[in-house]
Amino acid sequence: MTETGIGARVKRKEDQRFITGKGRYTDDINLKGQTYAYFVRSPHAHATIKSINTAKAAKMPGVVGIFTSKDVAEDKIGGLICGWMIHSKDGSPMKAGPHPILAQGKVRYVGDHVAVVVAETKDQAKAAAAAVNVSYGVLPHVVDVGKSMTSKVQIHDAAPDNRVFNWSIGDQAATDAAFKTAAHVTKIDLVNNRLIPNAMEPRAAIGSYDTGSDHYTLYTTSQNPHVARLVISAFHGLAPEHKLRVIAPDVGGGFGSKIFIYAEEVVCVWASKRIGGRPIKWTAERTESFQSDAHGRDHVTHAELAMDRSGKILGFRVKTKAAMGAYLSTFASCVPTYLYATLLSGQYAIPSIYAEVDAIYTNTAPVDAYRGAGRPEATYVVERIVETAAREMKLDPAEFRRRNFIRSFPHQTPVIMCYDAGDYEAALNKALELADYKGFPARKAASARNGKLRGIGFSAYIEACGIAPSAAVGSLGAGVGLWESAEVRVNPVGTVEILTGSHSHGQGHETTFAQLVCERLGVDINNVSIVHGDTDKVQFGMGTYGSRSGAVGMTAISKALDKIEAKAKKVAAAVMEASADDVEFKNGTFTVKGTDKKMAFGEVALAAYVAHKFNSAEIEPGLKEGAFHDPSNFVFPAGVHICEVEVDADTGVTEVVNYVAVDDFGTIINPMIVEGQVHGGIAQGIGQALTEGCVYDTESGQLLTGSYMDYCMPRADNVPSFKLGFTMTKCPSNPLGMKGCGEAGAIASPAAVMNAVTDALGVRDLPMPASPQTVWKAMQPMKKAAE
Amino acid sequence: MENFGYHRPAKVADAVKIMKKAKDGKYLSGGMTLLPAIKQGLATPSDVIDLGGIKNAGVSVSAKSVTVKAGTAHGDVAADKGVRKAIPALAVLASSIGDPHVRNRGTIGGSVANNDPAADYPAAVLGLGATVHTSERKIPADKFFTGMFTTALKGNEIVTAVEFPLPAKAGYAKFPNPASRYAMVGVFVAKMKDSAVRVAVTGAGPAVFRIPEMEAALAKDFSAKALAGISVKAKGLNSDMHASAEYRAHLIGVMARRAVAAAK
Amino acid sequence: MPAISMKVNGKAVCGAAEGRTLLVEFLRDTLGLTGTHVGCDTSQCGACVVHVNGKAIKSCTALAMACDGAEVTTIEGLAKNGKLHPMQEAFREHHGLQCGFCTPGMIMAAVDIVKRNGKKLDEETIRHELEGNICRCTGYHNIVKAVQAGAEKM
Repeated sequence: MTETGIGARVKRKEDQRFITGKGRYTDDINLKGQTYAYFVRSPHAHATIKSINTAKAAKMPGVVGIFTSKDVAEDKIGGLICGWMIHSKDGSPMKAGPHPILAQGKVRYVGDHVAVVVAETKDQAKAAAAAVNVSYGVLPHVVDVGKSMTSKVQIHDAAPDNRVFNWSIGDQAATDAAFKTAAHVTKIDLVNNRLIPNAMEPRAAIGSYDTGSDHYTLYTTSQNPHVARLVISAFHGLAPEHKLRVIAPDVGGGFGSKIFIYAEEVVCVWASKRIGGRPIKWTAERTESFQSDAHGRDHVTHAELAMDRSGKILGFRVKTKAAMGAYLSTFASCVPTYLYATLLSGQYAIPSIYAEVDAIYTNTAPVDAYRGAGRPEATYVVERIVETAAREMKLDPAEFRRRNFIRSFPHQTPVIMCYDAGDYEAALNKALELADYKGFPARKAASARNGKLRGIGFSAYIEACGIAPSAAVGSLGAGVGLWESAEVRVNPVGTVEILTGSHSHGQGHETTFAQLVCERLGVDINNVSIVHGDTDKVQFGMGTYGSRSGAVGMTAISKALDKIEAKAKKVAAAVMEASADDVEFKNGTFTVKGTDKKMAFGEVALAAYVAHKFNSAEIEPGLKEGAFHDPSNFVFPAGVHICEVEVDADTGVTEVVNYVAVDDFGTIINPMIVEGQVHGGIAQGIGQALTEGCVYDTESGQLLTGSYMDYCMPRADNVPSFKLGFTMTKCPSNPLGMKGCGEAGAIASPAAVMNAVTDALGVRDLPMPASPQTVWKAMQPMKKAAE
Repeated sequence: MENFGYHRPAKVADAVKIMKKAKDGKYLSGGMTLLPAIKQGLATPSDVIDLGGIKNAGVSVSAKSVTVKAGTAHGDVAADKGVRKAIPALAVLASSIGDPHVRNRGTIGGSVANNDPAADYPAAVLGLGATVHTSERKIPADKFFTGMFTTALKGNEIVTAVEFPLPAKAGYAKFPNPASRYAMVGVFVAKMKDSAVRVAVTGAGPAVFRIPEMEAALAKDFSAKALAGISVKAKGLNSDMHASAEYRAHLIGVMARRAVAAAK
Repeated sequence: MPAISMKVNGKAVCGAAEGRTLLVEFLRDTLGLTGTHVGCDTSQCGACVVHVNGKAIKSCTALAMACDGAEVTTIEGLAKNGKLHPMQEAFREHHGLQCGFCTPGMIMAAVDIVKRNGKKLDEETIRHELEGNICRCTGYHNIVKAVQAGAEKM
């Protein structure tokens, strides 16, 4: 390991601009002649649009244009798409309703985009938007995923009973048979609470049309600008890809919510042509973010686990209702299916599993991938029921897990996944030690003396990320391939530019990707720059989500570096008058075996560009290579998290007093950054478990948690410092042996926290978030019983 | 946000004059409540009269009282050595308002005049039986807070200071709303020098209110134990997704006990 | 529009502002100091924290005209003569930032915390004092470490 190579705690290269206020986020960019957009949004959960009268608004000061679905139809701009086809178990394709970029005839959730006002200033656009008169015919609505299928509300004509699909996985007959032989069956009903992602940078877009070249540019807060360009070009039909540039500059957090193609960005770039090519900027107010960013989770699940007398799991049955919101967002359909039910085996050797998922429309904001996407939901079901089963069977929860761990690899689960490597017991042992599990009873007694209830909870999670072989996901319904591309440009002086299709919005790629280059080429880290986020610069890319940038994105870079090395060896051989087979490359220096001849990497780069010393018919001048990497399997990070809480019996306040995370991410490029990813993920999971929950009012359909006044974001005093540990089994499916680390914290932690809270209270279940009020309510029956 | 005329008078009398002329004027002090309200379109004043130009900030402590001028920021009250010695509970309360940045800008005058049901200061004003000094008169706390966001202030009247009598002992305990951190329940208890006890509750009802039953019990025995068995009725208390009226009623009891235990 | 003037990052500046113009809008739109961010509209996230006359405030909840004549320091003005402020250094050293969006407000808040509480800060104090700044990326773990370390070097 060099000081800046793989495994080094290199300080982030990108930090300089962020700590000095020189980051360049979309809203920081202002284009000449820029106008501002403000969206007219539905105040109703469900209503027909009888008419839209823009006459008064059009006369307001500064108004440049007002557009509605009529204008969208005139220009034949297509609707938003869902890029993953799911078939129901009866073989029928999912039943998706249209998702126009400006509502056509009907609105389906509070915040649905109805019209856009473009004006000279933000304030003028907002004032005029308030003057747009929309006449609504209010319809009955349903916001509750548990009630949508049986309600009389019809959200889309295409989906009777509001059901998009009824999908299943696993062997139902075999699972039912396993239950018949069970000595013990544990049953549980769980709600995975709806969350609002809340990246700190609100979504924003600037659309600009150049009348001279008939070319569009879109600056947008995206995790995957190339995918945005592909969709806006191919499905919205705005312009062919070579006439559309999408730039995602610095992006202030994504967590999934900036993967998707949203109406606002399409409207801004489309409408710019309508106003003669003046740029249009839109920046979400936080309230708009709450209303219109794709939300996460929102599952209602019934699960049953069958055990033999010794606690060995025999079978697992799961039935889930998953909210889709009012429209299918870009990847909504794959989240509660292939990203969820395929992980229901957890870390356990379970002979038979059967799961059924209903995807359901509700009159709420669309639901799509949010940090972990399906895998936190799966982990929650598995780890809550496993912990409950252990309690019911009077087995130590650690011991129960130990009895059921998968111990040999590769392991084919009954739900598609083939786990390639892992050592779950190693993580458990390390976590028990870090958490001082043995000392827990004494700590519990000490808490009790102070009027506090102490509990401990486990979560032994596994996730699949670095998604995945394109052919495999294609066969499961994905509309795109899930490879990644990279280009390595070596400049004549030996400095290196990496062009990557991955997108960094907090992950630190400018540092970790450069570390890979340092390791491979032996160049100074200051001589490496990472270029991303611009479709005019980077040839193509699938972007960053699903913890894929290391395992997939860096592997693409690694492959391109292989080619660079091979080419450079040829050049070096020619210059040093040796055979390429005799040239060795180590620590940035090319040597010829058995001689003292050597050339530094930079010298070879220069030689490649001046091209004086080799025959250009045999070796092309220059040193630039590209690669596409399509993974052969998912990667499977796994680990054990242990959470310890103290509950104030008087108030119901739960405090996380100790949190241990032991993770196996395979090879780690930069431990400092990986630890940061784990910290952030855990905090989000603690947020889900204890503080966060999106609430729509059943009666009015209004979003009650529409600002930080009511949506409880975890703050610094809601979380403790975390104790981290790592184990390592290398991932066999990529040359670096990497797994993914971006989502693990958010996947593991809700179950660990809720297992701890239920342990403290001595209750079977508690809804998330376990807010003070929720906990207090749960304690009332116990107090009454005690009286 | 909607535009408005901005005024920054240097004297109280000038502020009143401008207000009288304004179509729909609003006084602005720290702006911690008014500005978010204007941003959200909940308030659309024609004129905003910024009282920040009236240099009216500072704390004075006498043998009988602590007087906080209306323009004094919460953070300055929290950090004031005189306050911390004379009425530690008042400093504790001020240090629990909002967050450090809010405390650097929000003022006691603005908080008291606005009378947000979840604001902290009203609990101290009522709990200590303070006197609110205005541009026109002096108003005792018991007559000042009249209801949700309403006070005894007349249209143009400006709070100029709040005078808190020194108690023998006082304490404040707050249960913040988990999301907004405003008081979901805040209880201020004070044992006055004449042995009278006052218990004032904020956050739990439409406006700050006293609990005579607790006051009577504490007057006999100023200890947390004395509150055992006194339960607060949920009827009439605020209820929202964060706390039902029942939960708030329960928390009043817990916070009252904690305030008494913390009283200095 | 009336003109206002203030001293921002040590330099005298002036510009036009409406009554409703917020300090953060004046800084970002008029002066082009886009390091100060807007993350919410209810004065909670703290991405907009700047120092006005030496005190940390939320610039999204202050009128520009109310700051006429004031001395304002933004994240852009924290480094002096090309040398980073110890708190900026500490955030980098301890990986106290990821996406960077909350960072300017965090750093400005942290400097204010030290001013009010001194250089020796325990974890509990820091966590409590960061109540007005929301971060979605870091889980606060490394921010707390950064503030503690930065404080010692201030």
